[in-house]
Amino acid sequence: MLKRLDPAQATLRFTFEGEPVAARPGDTVAAALLAAGVGVFRETPVSGAPRAPYCMMGVCFDCLVEIDRVPNRQACLTVVADGMDVRRQHGAREMA
Amino acid sequence: MTATCDIAVIGAGPAGMAAATVAAEGGATVMVFDEQPAPGGQIYRSIERAQGSTELQRILGPDYAYGAALVERFRASGAGYAPGSSVWQITPEREVWATRAGRSEVTQAGAVILATGAMERPVPVPGWTLPGVMTAGAVQILLKSSGLIATEGLVLAGCGPLLYLLAWQLLQAGQPPSAILDTATRADEFRAVRHLPAAMRRPLSAPRAEGLGYLRKGLSLRLALRRARLRMFRTVTDVQIEGGTSVEAVSFCSGGAIYRVPARLVALHEGVIPAQQATRSLGCDHEWDPVQHCFRPVLDRWGNTSMPGILVAGDAGGIGGARAAEHAGRIAAWEALHRIGRIDEFQRIRYAAPDVVGRASHLAIRPLLDALYPPPAKILRPADDVIVCRCEEITAGQVRDVARRGCQGPNQAKSFLRAGMGPCQGRMCGNTVSELIAAERGVSVGDVGYFRIRPPLKPVTLGELAVMDVAG
Repeated sequence: MLKRLDPAQATLRFTFEGEPVAARPGDTVAAALLAAGVGVFRETPVSGAPRAPYCMMGVCFDCLVEIDRVPNRQACLTVVADGMDVRRQHGAREMA
Repeated sequence: MTATCDIAVIGAGPAGMAAATVAAEGGATVMVFDEQPAPGGQIYRSIERAQGSTELQRILGPDYAYGAALVERFRASGAGYAPGSSVWQITPEREVWATRAGRSEVTQAGAVILATGAMERPVPVPGWTLPGVMTAGAVQILLKSSGLIATEGLVLAGCGPLLYLLAWQLLQAGQPPSAILDTATRADEFRAVRHLPAAMRRPLSAPRAEGLGYLRKGLSLRLALRRARLRMFRTVTDVQIEGGTSVEAVSFCSGGAIYRVPARLVALHEGVIPAQQATRSLGCDHEWDPVQHCFRPVLDRWGNTSMPGILVAGDAGGIGGARAAEHAGRIAAWEALHRIGRIDEFQRIRYAAPDVVGRASHLAIRPLLDALYPPPAKILRPADDVIVCRCEEITAGQVRDVARRGCQGPNQAKSFLRAGMGPCQGRMCGNTVSELIAAERGVSVGDVGYFRIRPPLKPVTLGELAVMDVAG
C-alpha cells in the first residue's frame, strides 16, 4: 500500500512481534511499520478495537507500542534503532 | 542539578527556530526543546534530509524548500538544541521539565517562548478510528520524513490548503490519489468573496502584498489538479469510512447522490487548530475564536500570555501559517530579550518593526482562507453514534446525554464519562466535547470552556523521574 521512493536506503533491521522489519536510518518506528505493511499497532483497552497511527505527529497516541519491553511508547516519535524489539500493545499497559 | 538559560523555546518549527535564532544572535543563552529528531517542525519536517533528494524536493515544492535556510541559520545561531525531547511540565516559575533519551531534566529559564504550533483539527466521522484512516498531514509527514507514498486506494477527504497541496504533491510523485472528496461549499466560496480585497492589500510599508502570492499559488494548484483530471467530488457531505479491521471503502454524498468508493487509506483534513496543551497546563488565559473555531491563548501584540515571562509565537497562538509564524517567532524573541534586560523597549520596537510588517503581510490572506474553508458543522458536532474521544471510545451521543442531564462543562463530562482521560489527554476530543456541551446548553463554546490540563503533558516513566538529579 505504501512504497518507498528510494527502497535501497532501508538498511536497518528491527523486529515487530518477532518478525524482521527493514527501516531507513532516521525512520520513525511508525513510518517503518507502515512501510512494512503493518496494519494494527495496538488494541484499545476499552473494546479491544484495532488502532494504527492517525496523526503521525505525537498528538493522537494511537501509535502506542511496546519498544524493548517499555510500553506506551509513541511509535511516531521514536526513531528506529538497529535491533529494536517492537511489539503490539494489547489493551492497557501493564504496571512495570 | 538544575540547568539554566535566558530563554527557553519549546518547538523547533518556523516560529521556534526564528525565535531561537534571534535570541541567540542577540547574545542570550537559549535552549530549544523539540519533540522531533530534527529541526523544521511539521511544515519543514526532515528538510535537512530531503536536501539529499532532488526528487523529493521536486515533489514537495518550493514552499517546503524555503525552510532549509531557516534551519541553516538556526543551526549556526549558537542556540542550544535538544531534539527528541518530551517537555512534560512547564511551570509559571519558568521551569521546563523534559525527558530526553530516558532521562528527565529541569531547566530554569528567564523567559519561555512556546512555539508548539498547530495540530490538525480532528475529523470525527463514522469509522475514523479504523486503521488506515489518517490526517492529510500524517500522509504528508510519511512522504517528507521517510519518502513513503501510497500506491493505491488513497482517498483524500475534506478541504483546505493542506489537502490540495498534498494532492498536488502526490501528483508530482506520479501517484495521484484515487479520489478527492472536497467538502468545501459553494455558499462558503460565495461568502468568502468579500474578504478578497483585504487579502490582496499591501500593508503600509510592506515590500509586497503577500496575499497576492498566496492567491496565485492557490489558484495554480487548483488548476493543476483540475488539469490532471483527478476523480474529484465537490460539495461532499456525510463522509463515512467503512471496514472491519481496516479501511475498505468510503461512502459520501455529493450533488444529491450517494457514492461509495473503495479505499485502503483515507486522509482527512478540515484545517488546523492551535496546540493548546502547554498554554492550558500553565493556566494562561484562553479565548474562543469564533472565526477559526478554536480556542487560542490571549496574547498581546508581542506574544505575551497572561503569565509573566511566558510567551507564545506562531500557530500555537492562532492559525496564521508558517511564514507569519516565523515573523511572530522573531517578534517574541525581541520581546523576550527586552524582558531579560538585553535590549531596551525602544530597541525592541525598532528591531521588531520589519517582522511586525511582515507578519501583517502574511496574515492578510487569513480571513479569506478562514471563510473559504470553515469546518463543517457535522465535524464540529458529530452525529450521536460517532466516537469523539478515541482513547476512551466515547460517542457524541454520550456527551450530549450527560449535557442534557445537567453536566455544565468538559471537566464534569470527564468525570462522568472519562472523555479526555486517555493517553492523548483530550487533545483529540477536547474541542468537540466543548462544542457538543455548548450546543446542548445553548451557550457559546467560550462560556463552556475547555478541559483542565495538568502535567505530565507527555507520558513519563517513574524510572525517568527516579534518575533525575534535582537539587532541593
